[in-house]
Amino acid sequence: MKTRGLIDIAELTTAEIDAMMEVAQDIVDNPAKYSEKCKGKKLATLFYEASTRTRLSFEAAMLDLGGSVIGFSDAQSSSVSKGESVADTARTIECFADIAAMRHPKEGAPLVAQMHVNIPIINAGDGGHNHPTQTLTDLFTIRREIGHLDNLVIGCCGDLKFGRTVHSLVTAMSRYPGVRFVFISPEELRIPEHVRSEVLDANNIPYVETTSLDDVMGELDILYMTRVQRERFFNEADYLRLRDSYILTPEKLKAAKEDMRVLHPLPRVNEISVAVDDDPRAAYFRQVKNGKFIRMALILKLLAENA
Amino acid sequence: MIIGNIRDGIVIDHIPAGRGMDLYSYLKLGKLDCEVALIKNAESGKRGKKDIIKIGAPIDLDFTILGFVDPQITVNIIENGKRAKKFHPALPETIMHLIKCKNPRCITSCEQELPHVFRLTDREHGVYRCMYCETKAEK
Ligand SMILES: [Zn+2]
Repeated sequence: MKTRGLIDIAELTTAEIDAMMEVAQDIVDNPAKYSEKCKGKKLATLFYEASTRTRLSFEAAMLDLGGSVIGFSDAQSSSVSKGESVADTARTIECFADIAAMRHPKEGAPLVAQMHVNIPIINAGDGGHNHPTQTLTDLFTIRREIGHLDNLVIGCCGDLKFGRTVHSLVTAMSRYPGVRFVFISPEELRIPEHVRSEVLDANNIPYVETTSLDDVMGELDILYMTRVQRERFFNEADYLRLRDSYILTPEKLKAAKEDMRVLHPLPRVNEISVAVDDDPRAAYFRQVKNGKFIRMALILKLLAENA
Repeated sequence: MIIGNIRDGIVIDHIPAGRGMDLYSYLKLGKLDCEVALIKNAESGKRGKKDIIKIGAPIDLDFTILGFVDPQITVNIIENGKRAKKFHPALPETIMHLIKCKNPRCITSCEQELPHVFRLTDREHGVYRCMYCETKAEK
């Protein structure tokens, strides 16, 4: 049997995602039950580029399951800086670890690793391509905060053109019935045509695009904020103008529903004012915590499947 | 322009104008010893202009790439001066080694020995995407 890791969220059926969220919720409710589930197992974290938040989340997940962790956190300090191929590094790690999480600046690197080894590889972000555990984190957070994943109005705000987390979220949420999207972005950073045609239109998912957050705030059940990045702009004036039109403040939040929730993949720069943090609708730090729980559920699932 | 009739061989017809040269290299026709003719910008009633390739020997060719370039291309197998078979190439599920991924952020851009593999992701529109980074293949 071919070893199955998680490279792309599309590899998971809706039933599998739902089952994993059940396990994650059970971990939240009964952590002691899981504290030795991975005793004697090792997770390798292969981080070819720094991403402290994601790496710590994976490591904490494995430690909370009673397992241990090995790996590297930037390619400079390891043999990969001497030009070792991803396949060779993966084959070496396979001798030591039972499962691995890989972060790599090049798109498709975790798939290459999975093709060469018999331990499950989890894609922990490959360039601007996939980051399935971020999407699982987002789904689990929506489920915990709202109670369900269907029949929601989801606002995505900020850089929708380059923001892969938004593309994955849209793709994953389009599996659930009654979901509608509101895309809030500057004209320059609209959601790409291929997401509109291949995901939204192909599945008959209703959506609207707007440049004004204020106009739509009151309709939203979820507001997914992303960063507008300076390097996306040709000139500073455009950047400053656009950046400041998408800062979430307590003033803007006044128009939102009482039970609306604000998510953000983090790190943030200034797109959510810190004054929003104490609002019960701000879910982004709880989202970080949920990331660990869903990664625990994923590690359990993949180790069980490939046992 | 008239090219001598083929007795036993292959005529690849209705190639989109301008793509004949690409197919010539994809199919590695330059390596053949038999007669090969590439006709550019031939008049074609329904499509304006087209390219045609004529191969003067009954050789085995992998037509996989033709379906990727354009499923409207026709392949005619000629036997004893007569057309024995005519077909449109099928859309292959995967294309190996024939085209390269042009995404500079793709893992294939820095690991040269990796095979370039494209998969058919949208049959209706004939869209192929890189197996690693999902970048659309350019035709
Ligand atoms: Zn590629």
